[in-house]
Amino acid sequence: MDKFLWLIPALPLGGFLILAFAGKYISRKAVAIVGAGSICLSALVMFAVGGAFLSGMPENAVYTQTLWTWFEVGDFNAKITLSLDALSLVFVFAITFIGALIHIYSTAFMEADRDYARFFASMNLFVFSMLVLVLADNLLLMYLGWEGVGLCSYLLIGFWYEQPANGAAARKAFTVTRIGDAAMAIGLFMVFQQAGTLVVSEIGANASAIWQPNSTSVTITALLLLAGGLGKSAQLPLQTWLPDAMAGPSPVSALIHAATMVTAGVYLVARMHTIFALSETARLVVAVIGAATLLLAGLTALTQYDIKRVLAYSTISQIGYMFLALGVGAWTAAVFHFMIHAFFKALLFLAAGAIIESLHHEHNMFKMGGLKDKMPVVFWTFLAGAISLAAVPLVSAGFYSKDQILWYSWSAGGGNAVLWAVALAGALITAAYTTRMMILTFWGESHTPIGHLPGRRMTMPLVVLALFSVFAGFIELPHNFGHFTLFSDLLHPVLPETFMKENIPSEWLFQLLAALATLGGIFLGYYYYYQKPSRIENLRRNGLVVQLHRFWFSGWAFDALYDRMLVKPFIYISSINKKDITDKLYTGIAAITGDMYKLLSRTQSGSLRWYIMGLVAGAILILGIQIML
Amino acid sequence: MMLVLLITVLMVGAVAAVVAGEWSRHVPRWIALVACVIGLMCVIAIWANTSPAGGSVPSGQWLLDYRKSWIPSFGISFHLAVDGLSLLLLALTFFLGVLAVLCSWDEIRERTGFYYFNLLWILAGVAGVFMAMDLFLFYFFWEVMLIPMYFLIGIWGSENRVYAAYKFFIFTQASGLLMFLAILGLYFIHGQDTGIYTFNYFELTGTVIPFKSAFWLMSGFMIAFAVKLPVFPFHTWLPDAHGEAPTAGSLILAGLLLKTGAYGMLRFVVPMFPEAVREAAVPAMVLGVVGIIYGAVMAYSQTDLKRLVAFTSVSHMGFVITGIFALNELALQGVVMQLVTHALSTGALFLMAGMIKERLHTRDIGEMGGLWGPMPQMGSIGLVFAMASLGLPGLGNFIAEFLILLGVFQAHPWITVAAASGLIFSAVYSLRIVGKIFLGPRKTMETVPDFSFREMLIMAALTVSIVWLGLFPQPVIDTARPAITELVRFMDVQSAALQHQPYVKQ
Amino acid sequence: MKPSVSIEVVVLLAGLLFALGIVGVIIRKNIIFMLLSVEIMLNASGLAFVAAGSRWGQPDGQVMFVFILAMAAAEVSIGLALILQIYHQHKSLDIDNLKEMNG
Repeated sequence: MDKFLWLIPALPLGGFLILAFAGKYISRKAVAIVGAGSICLSALVMFAVGGAFLSGMPENAVYTQTLWTWFEVGDFNAKITLSLDALSLVFVFAITFIGALIHIYSTAFMEADRDYARFFASMNLFVFSMLVLVLADNLLLMYLGWEGVGLCSYLLIGFWYEQPANGAAARKAFTVTRIGDAAMAIGLFMVFQQAGTLVVSEIGANASAIWQPNSTSVTITALLLLAGGLGKSAQLPLQTWLPDAMAGPSPVSALIHAATMVTAGVYLVARMHTIFALSETARLVVAVIGAATLLLAGLTALTQYDIKRVLAYSTISQIGYMFLALGVGAWTAAVFHFMIHAFFKALLFLAAGAIIESLHHEHNMFKMGGLKDKMPVVFWTFLAGAISLAAVPLVSAGFYSKDQILWYSWSAGGGNAVLWAVALAGALITAAYTTRMMILTFWGESHTPIGHLPGRRMTMPLVVLALFSVFAGFIELPHNFGHFTLFSDLLHPVLPETFMKENIPSEWLFQLLAALATLGGIFLGYYYYYQKPSRIENLRRNGLVVQLHRFWFSGWAFDALYDRMLVKPFIYISSINKKDITDKLYTGIAAITGDMYKLLSRTQSGSLRWYIMGLVAGAILILGIQIML
Repeated sequence: MMLVLLITVLMVGAVAAVVAGEWSRHVPRWIALVACVIGLMCVIAIWANTSPAGGSVPSGQWLLDYRKSWIPSFGISFHLAVDGLSLLLLALTFFLGVLAVLCSWDEIRERTGFYYFNLLWILAGVAGVFMAMDLFLFYFFWEVMLIPMYFLIGIWGSENRVYAAYKFFIFTQASGLLMFLAILGLYFIHGQDTGIYTFNYFELTGTVIPFKSAFWLMSGFMIAFAVKLPVFPFHTWLPDAHGEAPTAGSLILAGLLLKTGAYGMLRFVVPMFPEAVREAAVPAMVLGVVGIIYGAVMAYSQTDLKRLVAFTSVSHMGFVITGIFALNELALQGVVMQLVTHALSTGALFLMAGMIKERLHTRDIGEMGGLWGPMPQMGSIGLVFAMASLGLPGLGNFIAEFLILLGVFQAHPWITVAAASGLIFSAVYSLRIVGKIFLGPRKTMETVPDFSFREMLIMAALTVSIVWLGLFPQPVIDTARPAITELVRFMDVQSAALQHQPYVKQ
Repeated sequence: MKPSVSIEVVVLLAGLLFALGIVGVIIRKNIIFMLLSVEIMLNASGLAFVAAGSRWGQPDGQVMFVFILAMAAAEVSIGLALILQIYHQHKSLDIDNLKEMNG
């Protein structure tokens, strides 16, 4: 089956090419068929190849296929080689399967849009790039996918390009992630200089021979690679672009800014785990950044009005959990949470998109309300996503994935009490803002009349994703009950076992606390937004709370900070120098020449006797000099 | 003989065009097109014959050689030769020549005969520069490029053309004279050492020069090439010349004339003054990095589209000089790629600026906006080349910048770190181009037609090339390899020799 | 034959004449007088040539003097013709009135 590996990315690419060149000439129906069909086919190929991969695990647990040599200079060579191992299989599964569902949803969602073909062309290109990213066997090819998804993200955020705000959001997304990418590029140079290759498996095999554990060079390399991941995955301090990226259509937010692209950083760190494993400092940095981000973004999500911005901050926060897991060494837990998160967050975005469309592009949750009975399908599916996000114990997939991370953040080799406490607080906050979102959107009085309800093509993907959001968690059950480890067993050929500390308290205690945190958060949301909304009014009178609310609402003022520190100075410096100061040097020379000429031209008076005087004086001078010497 | 043909076909075409221009306005463009196409086919024929796939594989670096005595009493000969590097740049010359003729097709309506005469004459000069293996002949071609370009800007340019033409002329002429002095200096030093007075490149490269004079001679060459490239403090002629030149003029300036500077450094400066080059490497690379950042920042503030693109050239050429002075194979291959891909990507952006100007009659990006709606084709192509200029993987420029940075990293990591900031700045200005021109609300409600067939042909050729170079760059790398490895080997031998004779420096 | 007048005296005389000529050219405003002063300078140099020629016993000095004579003759004839034309056009021979440049 490995012969067909190339088809997985090639089908979306084919779809992109058809739509880009012929999109103008074919009917909208054909556009939908090509656009969604290519991804569905790709998903089918993925199932076939993945099935073969799982049933007969190949020798070294990896399928590789070299297509051609990209370029070769001296001792550097980069091949276009795809490789499928368990880690990339999980990602490919999420990308093609969820991608196919989102594409089907989009055929209905984007129906009325003028640029139907452009939308699907960009989406297909995105899926292609993302697949290249996760299937690449060397870092350079991965970088190609990495930048490719950035481009598609730019195109799709700015899809409705006539509004300047969308263009600005798109530009911001590209530029901020590019900062991380530049650092990552330097990381690649370091890897090549030290390892002499960019092929992931070769780096992995020789990592401990190349680098001393905890040496400066391995730490710097890891941190540079991490910087790329931070940009793409919207983690501190490069998180500011993701909330603005919600300017794109909802399916885009679901696919790119929730399920797949933003988790590229997680993939990168997991893929390069051999390097991170060698540097304790780098892992600590990963964990701390993850913890800080999950808390910060969670608190921000509590204060947002726009339903998509709540989900965006929630995405940042959940990816923070994944980074935390990576940092403490719980590699499989991070990837597991990635997969579950992809299901429920894509679901939440798609459902939110359906709501927004039905309410005539109303994003503000405070103007929604009362949708429980009017949009039952959306309500129930949204609920499934929400309990998964809030990690309601036992019944939701999110519980199984997040509980693992909470447990490991204390008990794994890199874990400690502070990280655990932060993660637990995050769980409480998550439950609180999820409940708030649910109540504001679905309960209470209706504030906006509903337009048309979503059709079958939109609800079907919601239902499928809802099923996964509830049941997908059962493939990996905690050690103390069930101890069912299908998912981590699958990944263990690629990712190492989590290294545990000695003498840790019972896992039951942690699960109890996590469940309590979730339930407490739900209760808080229920209490403040359903039972006693007047309490919120009371809170609003407190000056400190208002200040804090404003601070959190602005995303901890990061935008203002960067604006003042980086953007404004850059624009200022660049604008004052518009005329190019170095040119003054040359215009200065030209001006001096002009002045000299004016000076000398005064001697050209036309008076013959002055000329003769000059002649004589010159002759005398020369004679004088000759005699003197 | 093939090499002589390349130049004569252009020169004959030029004369024919000016003669035909007396009778008809349309015949000259056909003559020019035919001349360029013949040249392009000749280059392809040479390439096909000498590539490993073709029949005769030459053993060394040089593929073809033609030599005739010219002024024997001064040791001047008419000596042309090509290696892989020259061949690539020649192919580029004729390819862009065809495009330049095509893009002037309707734009030029006055004095067409003389226009195409100048155009072809510049191309002849550029082609000569890439082939000349006699320093006198090289200087001759160097000047041949200059004067028709002066006319091209000065006669067919836009409002401020005379100023721009003068500035271009004075910068290049003054720096060219310094180079000529350096050539003469080299000529006499070699003559005094060996008793053979010759301008022949191959004999002059072996000259042993005291370090101090080597440094001054190198400076003479370097200034001429640095002005042409342009390197940071010498770049100020470029925005003016680009801004005012007609579209084809900008295309040739960006695509070819700038490349002669880089070619000169690779061909003459590095092999002739290896020791001085080694000494000057770090300052030169720093200048390159300054150019990368300065050009990008300047590009961000420009409102005139062509000036903006001109500053992006300054930024990209910063990569070239940084790469040349890294003096290893990775970086030098990157430089060769950068020469080719920058010519295509920046050339395309200039062509697009010209096409937009024909439609909107302005170069001010403040007056554009929302053009994606009426011109989706131009929008997508514009996006491709904006992405090329920010170095998106999958397009040619990425390979170039990646190899340069990777090569420079081996030599001087900190310089790479500074240069990599160019990746961020290039994103900033490229997205500004796309945003200002194609996105946002419409500023004018005029109807603007999308690409015509001829325009589509030009842009399609460029797009296909840049994507091809991004995905299959190996043929270019293989073609340049003998020249580059020879250069690197030469530098290594030099430094090895120096370690045995440390006194040479005194 | 020993010269009866010492060479120094003759050269001094030539120098004096030459200086006189220069001063004449500079301070005179009338073109005719300037031309006259130029003639004096020419003759001064001629005298120096002759003196030097006789000092070294060479004929070259006299040859040069003949040259100078011929040149002076040509110069005077053209000069006078120009002066005549200038006078016709400007009705003046004052050199300061004739300048048309303004530097």
